[in-house]
Amino acid sequence: MFTYYLRLAWISIVKHWGLSLVMITAIGLGIGASMTTVTVNYLMSANPIPHKSSQLYNVQLDSWDVNEPYNDDGSPPEQLTYRDGTYLINAKKAFRQNIQAQANAVIEPEGDDALPFMVTARANSADFFTMFDLPFIYGSGWDDSSDDSKQQVVVLNNETNQRVFGGENSVGKNIKIGGNYFKVVGVIDYWDPKPRFYDISTGAFNDAEEIFVPFSMIAEEKIGRSGNTNCWKPTGDGFQAFLNSECVWLQFWVELPNAEAKEEYMSFLGAYVDQQKALGRFERPLNNRLNNVMEWLEQQQVVTDDAVMMMTMSLMFLLVCLLNTVGLLLAKFIGKAPEIGLRQALGASRRTLFAQYIIESACIGIAGGLLGLVFAWLGLQGIALLYGDMLKGLTGLDTSMIVSAVGLAILTSILAGLYPTWRACNVQPSQQLKSQ
Amino acid sequence: MQELGLIFRALLRNKVGALLISLQIALTLTIMVNAIFMMQQRSEQMLRPSGLDEANIFYLSNTVFAQDYNQQVYLEDDLALLRQTDGVVDAIQINAIPMSGGGWSMGLQTEAGEDKDSTGVAVYMVDDHAINAMGLELLAGENFSQTDIEWRASSQNNWPAKTIISKAMAESLFPDDWQSALGKTAYINQAEPMQITGIVKALQAPWNGWSGVERSMLVPYKMETTGGRFMIRTEAGRRDELMPIIEKALSESNKGRIIRRVTTMDDTRERSYRGHNAVNKILTSVIAVLTLITGFGIVGLAMFSINRRTKQIGTRRALGATKGQIMSFFMIENLMISSFGVLLGVAGAIGLNIWLVSTFSMAPITPGLILTGVIVLFVVGQIAVLYPAMKAAKISPAIATRTA
Repeated sequence: MFTYYLRLAWISIVKHWGLSLVMITAIGLGIGASMTTVTVNYLMSANPIPHKSSQLYNVQLDSWDVNEPYNDDGSPPEQLTYRDGTYLINAKKAFRQNIQAQANAVIEPEGDDALPFMVTARANSADFFTMFDLPFIYGSGWDDSSDDSKQQVVVLNNETNQRVFGGENSVGKNIKIGGNYFKVVGVIDYWDPKPRFYDISTGAFNDAEEIFVPFSMIAEEKIGRSGNTNCWKPTGDGFQAFLNSECVWLQFWVELPNAEAKEEYMSFLGAYVDQQKALGRFERPLNNRLNNVMEWLEQQQVVTDDAVMMMTMSLMFLLVCLLNTVGLLLAKFIGKAPEIGLRQALGASRRTLFAQYIIESACIGIAGGLLGLVFAWLGLQGIALLYGDMLKGLTGLDTSMIVSAVGLAILTSILAGLYPTWRACNVQPSQQLKSQ
Repeated sequence: MQELGLIFRALLRNKVGALLISLQIALTLTIMVNAIFMMQQRSEQMLRPSGLDEANIFYLSNTVFAQDYNQQVYLEDDLALLRQTDGVVDAIQINAIPMSGGGWSMGLQTEAGEDKDSTGVAVYMVDDHAINAMGLELLAGENFSQTDIEWRASSQNNWPAKTIISKAMAESLFPDDWQSALGKTAYINQAEPMQITGIVKALQAPWNGWSGVERSMLVPYKMETTGGRFMIRTEAGRRDELMPIIEKALSESNKGRIIRRVTTMDDTRERSYRGHNAVNKILTSVIAVLTLITGFGIVGLAMFSINRRTKQIGTRRALGATKGQIMSFFMIENLMISSFGVLLGVAGAIGLNIWLVSTFSMAPITPGLILTGVIVLFVVGQIAVLYPAMKAAKISPAIATRTA
């Protein structure tokens, strides 16, 4: 029976090909537009480190100006001062902790004709590698003792290792960075979390850095920091004065295995701020925050307003396409009243009629869904083209999106077909036959 | 008038079909009006002038890595090289680029003191060639003189005695009369005095999403820095030809640094507003496709209702109705459906706008825009129904005599 209905559906779709084309195109466009924007939203709000995102916390302290909050909504600065960051890292009160800032550096490869080149760098502490699960090809990260003794060590990404050492195991070798020699301790494999949750201060979808050096290298002035700096109080002259200033420019992350540890760390932060208040700093009310990865991304609005607005628009667009389909199916099925009347008179039950017309709707839905996938793919290509590298890695269709696109198309077209089908099944056979 | 009642009663016989089309028109209007409004806002932002002679300016980064690099001597060498190159109008060292997204900001206040209000302002550290090299228009006061320019060490935090500010900054500091800003003292870092010695017509800050994007100041500094930038203005039409020449000349003149990111202001503007541009293009296609779909929906439904009523139409024709009367029947029917849809759509458009305003702090839409949307949809409806109506008019009166 099923294949028979399929054949009937096929005949009906082909017979009214113009109408079918409009319906299939409409569903296709609606699904295509929604899938395009949903994909961008879905990838923007992806969990970049799913297995431990709930154990990694960003630390915020409110060291800002007593006269004016940092953010209008009263939330503290996104970054910390050097004084506070170094205190927290030395206190080692969390299971793991990482102090970090963005930097850049010039690498001068050995050899007379090798040209110096610029790399993006992250200055971080030893726990960075274990906290954020960096995949190593050679060697490993450095350890706490290297941090403490301010050793000039470096971890390279695969690309930089290729460029400087031709891809061989470079652990133990020296590399000239910013005029100083650093010892390579590890080489990581491709690692590029999206969003780049550990530092979204200069853009949530930036690439991960090319080299990693100890955070102490910034204070030693062996590496130049980049990234955002915000100050509210005048600072004195010189780099040391800057380090001691109230400017915020570094990020601090802790790994806390459970709720108890989080509570303990929160009270540790509270005690620290209270102690600083006694020294005349932290004049604002106590406002320390610990946000885990997903809370942090949500709070920092990593999914841009534009993306949410577009998604809303495209879902409404899908709704228009559906209304369109309902209307056209209704017209089509009502147009078939004489045929339906005849079939009923010949003994077709409402159930079989219902099955037949729902199958016809579903066929249109499947065709629309497949067309929608093509449109979604085109749409994402278009978005990739329009935004260039600004949305890199956010315009790929994955299997789950493909399955849900087709699923959504079938579901919506069946929903769209329900009312017209119900109307078709309620045709009075006697009336239809009379007028034949 | 009698005919209107007739059409309306006929419409009521197929309530659901008409309602579906109305809803579709309503949603189309809702989306259309808000999307066009969003596009308008973005276009307005994109039209704001940066104040620079953008078409003829490019810039590059000068990243120093050599340990024994004599900053002051080499900077003078570089500037001399740039300014002497044939085709270059002028060149400066600068700390930040308008529209680029990265830069420095400070607060200026008209009274000294920690508790006084200050106004955020973008800081451009430049020498006395800036006005010429950027192509700015000096409205009042005078340019820096050579003796005003000071050297700034890399972590120095005091400020020179003079500054030139943008007109928008002058208006913020002295709301009553921006021209009165000239010669006044403003305080930076809460207490350090700086005298306003010039006002330029326009100079945007590096952040185009910032509400104070028009506020900026020029500070007479030459910087000792390992991460400097040069901005170069060329004679009209010679920018692209000079870019590689200058990159090469600088790279070869001193090997202790890397010259990179040679970028035009045009590219910077494109990049800066790429998101806006993309949203506008996407919204344009959404509106176009949406209107098409709604149009085709109207065509499809009208065709079906005409097919169903073939016999009735034939009968009317046989009873003396003209082709024009048959056509106007369907046109008026469509007008009624559209009216209902548009009515719902206006409410929807305002509703969506209220949501957008509260969620994304957008501005409320203008009534003119809604009216335009309403007219557009009426026209679309009439055009869509034209072909089916014409087909209906062609139905032969002889149909009435047939049985089926």
